[in-house]
Order: sequence, then structure tokens, then C-alpha cells
Amino acid sequence: MDQAFDLPGLYPVLPEIALVGGAMALLMLAAFGGARAAGASNWLAIVVLGLAAVLVVATGTGKYEAFAGSFVLDDFARFMKIVTLVGSAAAILLAQESVGDQARGQYEYSVLILLSTAGMMVMISAADLIALYLGLELMSLALYVIAASERDSLRSSEAGLKYFVLGALSSGMLLYGSSLVYGFSGTVGFAGIARALAGGDSGIGLTIGLVFIFAGLCFKVSAVPFHMWTPDVYEGAPTYVTAFFAAAPKVAAMAVFMRTATNAFAPIVVQWQQIIVFVAIASMALGAFAAIGQTNIKRLMAYSSIGHMGFALVGLSAATPEGLQGVAIYMAIYMAMTLGAFACILAMRRADGAVEQIADLAGLARRSPTVAFFLAMLLFSLAGIPPLAGFFAKFYVFLAAIKAGLYALAVIGVITSVIGAYYYLLIIKVMYFDEPAPAFEPMRGELRMVLGVSGLFVLLFFIYPRPVVEAAALAAKSLF
Amino acid sequence: MLQAYLPILIFIAVALIMGGVVILAGRVLGPHRPDSAKLSPYECGFEAFEDARMKFDVRYYLVAILFIIFDLEIAFLFPWAVALNEIGMFGFVSMMVFLGILTVGFIYEWKKGALEWE
Repeated sequence: MDQAFDLPGLYPVLPEIALVGGAMALLMLAAFGGARAAGASNWLAIVVLGLAAVLVVATGTGKYEAFAGSFVLDDFARFMKIVTLVGSAAAILLAQESVGDQARGQYEYSVLILLSTAGMMVMISAADLIALYLGLELMSLALYVIAASERDSLRSSEAGLKYFVLGALSSGMLLYGSSLVYGFSGTVGFAGIARALAGGDSGIGLTIGLVFIFAGLCFKVSAVPFHMWTPDVYEGAPTYVTAFFAAAPKVAAMAVFMRTATNAFAPIVVQWQQIIVFVAIASMALGAFAAIGQTNIKRLMAYSSIGHMGFALVGLSAATPEGLQGVAIYMAIYMAMTLGAFACILAMRRADGAVEQIADLAGLARRSPTVAFFLAMLLFSLAGIPPLAGFFAKFYVFLAAIKAGLYALAVIGVITSVIGAYYYLLIIKVMYFDEPAPAFEPMRGELRMVLGVSGLFVLLFFIYPRPVVEAAALAAKSLF
Repeated sequence: MLQAYLPILIFIAVALIMGGVVILAGRVLGPHRPDSAKLSPYECGFEAFEDARMKFDVRYYLVAILFIIFDLEIAFLFPWAVALNEIGMFGFVSMMVFLGILTVGFIYEWKKGALEWE
């Protein structure tokens, strides 16, 4: 009866409550405070995200549950939540001036980011199918709106509509799978599903449910064959929105994928392993081959992110603590690289507006050597060249795959990684050896900051990788 | 067993009679002065016969969306009110939180001018 006033019961959910409360407060502040309050809303949103991160860290270690076990806060959730929060905060930083530019007082952008981040955090902590779906929808609904946020641009509206229609389809598949799993196992809780599966006689119904749930989740991480929305949405959405899409939501979706696979469906690992292996190979191959012909850098980043999701799924398919540790490390490093690369893409702006062709980068090394150097390092890292962070990301997942006996998968992964290196190196060649194109406008301070931090992280990761690696190991251990 | 359906049969019969009487009464007692405006087919706010793919004001859509939100709120409030005895303080506080969030949204749309037609 009195659970509502039992504060320890809500203790694990405090970060989410802070985010949602902060989002509503910002909404009211901007609605009543006028233009000046709206201008401050981006910074306030970053403060709220920071507060949520502090609350996540303040829970220390160990496992807490809330809402009768449907929400769980463990080391895995903490690691992924911190990564997600950092990604969202960086996305707001990247958007800072672009949003102000339009002089329409689009303070909704930061509010929507806060709400979708709250959805991601619920997803990461979800320990039953209903919490998973709630978090997923809260995240997705906010993302659909953000994708279409540039109302006067036809491409942005198209991106939003495409994303919405395909997203609704994938949510439908996820729900259908959930209903089958519920029908055949009699429970929506991950632990209960695992018990029902371990009891043997899982039946074909549960397997079909599993396939549908995985299809819905594959859509959210944009893994082949559910990737078709990614290039169009990434290209059509405003660039600062694309930067957000490529970072935090991917981390959250991958986290919920990991938890579902290892907690709910652990007893039938043989059955889902082959799905993940296929999806991983298809994503890596498509990411490597389809990106080669792209001339638009946002589209290229879309294919690049599909490929990277494939690499991350290699770790998941190993289905071992090492594999999941690899995925956790991969997602953290992937996010740093992506945000840095998008900081450079956002800086591709001339007096007459933003440009997004790879050819526009020509001769960047002569125009602004520092930016070109950092971007080159990020691209080398995305390609997986040692000693940069991207190499270690791939190293851990491939190592886990080999330990799990998935030799063919690891070999295919390395081969596609080499093929994928071609288009990253091509951009570097354009920057360093082509005749200079007209210069860009000077880079904004926030972009410099994001680029600097992510560039240094990628460059110096090999000197002191222990904090990330150990936190990821703890995180992976808490899933088993 | 079929007797169990007798009340429904009576209900249907009464409904038919009542409906028939009302229509008949309107026909017999009501004034009957047709003109062209009354006889033409009517569809709220639009020409009745034209291409279905026409543009219409996005404000209709906005009003519909806002209506649905508060419609759902009512649909949610009824079972809550009926069960309030059993769900106690926890249920009460949960609903207050829900209403609070809804109110924030309402204030926002008001301030944004979504409720003004012009």
C-alpha cells in the first residue's frame, strides 16, 4: 500500500526521474521565460544530464531492483548509462549553435534529447518486456520528432516520416514477438522467460517470438537486413541530429540487445547465436562494400555505423563474458569516434551554408592542419588501425569470437575491416593530397571541444585503457 | 439454455419499437419544407464530392491529437476512480504524477498557441 513513499523502492530510478523532471522543468522554463530562457536551455539540459550521471555513479556498485523486478540497476546498466549520457550531452554541445541559428527558439531540441535519453536509460535497465517496450517507445517517439525538426526542409520531413513508418513497423514486430514469448512462457520478466526456457520443451512458438524480438532490436541498432532506413534518415536529418542518432541511441539499443540475449534467452543460446552471427556478417559486409561508392559524407557515416554495429555484434555472438565486455568497450569507443567525426562534419560550413560532400574536404590539411590531423586520426581509428582506440575495440570482440570458437566469423570480420579501411583512407587522401577546395568558416568552440576530447581519447586510449576495460569487464560480469 | 437470451430478445424488440416510433413521429409530426441546401449531401466542412487527396488545414490534425490525449486520460481515470479503494495511496499518487505530467504538456501547448485557431 505504502510503496509510493518507500523511497528506497525508487532509489534505482532516480537518474531517470531527474531526467524526466528536468525535461519538464526546461519545457516550462522555456515556455514562460521567452527567448533568453530558451537560449540557456541547451546548457541547462547538459547540467541535467550531468546530474543524472552523478546519480548513476552515486549508486555505487551492486544490483538494485525497482518496480517488482522489471527495472534493474547493475554494473552493466551503470556503464551503458554513463556512455549514453555522455553521448547525449555531446550531441547537445554539437547542436548548440545550429539550433540557435534558426532563430526560431527551438528549445524543444534539448527537451526532446532529455526525454529520449530517459527512454534509453529505461531500456538499458529493462528486465522485462514491458519495461523494454516502454523505454524503446519513449526513445523512438522523441527521435522521430527530432529527425523532422527542420520543418522547412523537405529532406528533414522525409527523413522523419520514413523513420516513423519503419520504426512503427519494427515496434510492431517487437510487440508481436513479445506477445508470442509471453504466450508460450507465461511471463514477461527476463528471469521468468529464462526459467521457462531452461525447463526444456521451449517449443517453436518461443523461437518465433525470439526471432521477432531480435528483428525489432536489429532495426534499432540498424543491423542488416533491417538497416534500410539508416542512410536516408542520416542524410535527410539535420547534421547535428544525425550526430545524435549515430551515438547514444545505438549504445542504448545495443545494451538492451545484450541484456535480452543473455538474460532472457540464455538457455537457447544456440538458437539465437546463429541469428546474431548472420546479422553480424551481413552488417560488416554491407558496411564495408556499400560505403565505397558514397560521395555524401553523412551517407558514408551511415554505412560506416552499420558496419560498426556488425563488429559489435561479433562480440555478442560469442555469448561469453569476454564477448560482452568487448561489445561494451566497442560501444564506448565507437561513440567517441563517431561524435568526433561528426564534430568535423558539422564544421563543414561555408558562408553560403553547410556542405556535406567528401570532395568539399579536399586540401583540408593545408587549410586547417589541426582539424585535418584529428579527423585523420578518427578515421584511422574507425578503420581499426593500431595503436588507436578503434583497433582495441575490434581486438576485444574478435578475440572473444576466437575464444568462443567462431573462427570463420572472426576471419570474415578482419577481411571486411580491411575492405572498409579503403573508404576511410580515401577521405584522408582527399584531405591531404587533393587540390584545396574553398575554405570553411572557422570552427565553433563547442565543436573544437568535442573534437579535441574525442580525438585525444582515441589517440591516448592505448596508454591507459584500464579504466574503460575494467569497467566493461565488471559490466559484462553482472549480466551472467 | 436459450432462455438465458430472453432479456436480450426483449431488449432488441424494445429498441426496435422505440427507434421506429421516434422516426415515425418525426416523419408525421415534424414540419416538412425541403430546399436545395437541405437536400444536398453534407460532409463537415468539405465539399462532399471531390478528390480525396486534398490539402486541409493542419490545425484539424493538431486538435485531433490534443483531443486524443485527453480522451485517453479520461479512459484512464474511470477505472482508476472505480478501483481507488483497493489501490490506495500508491494508486492515488501514481495518478497524480500522471496528471501532473499531462498538465505540463497542457501548459506547454497553451503557451505555444496550439489552442488558438487564428
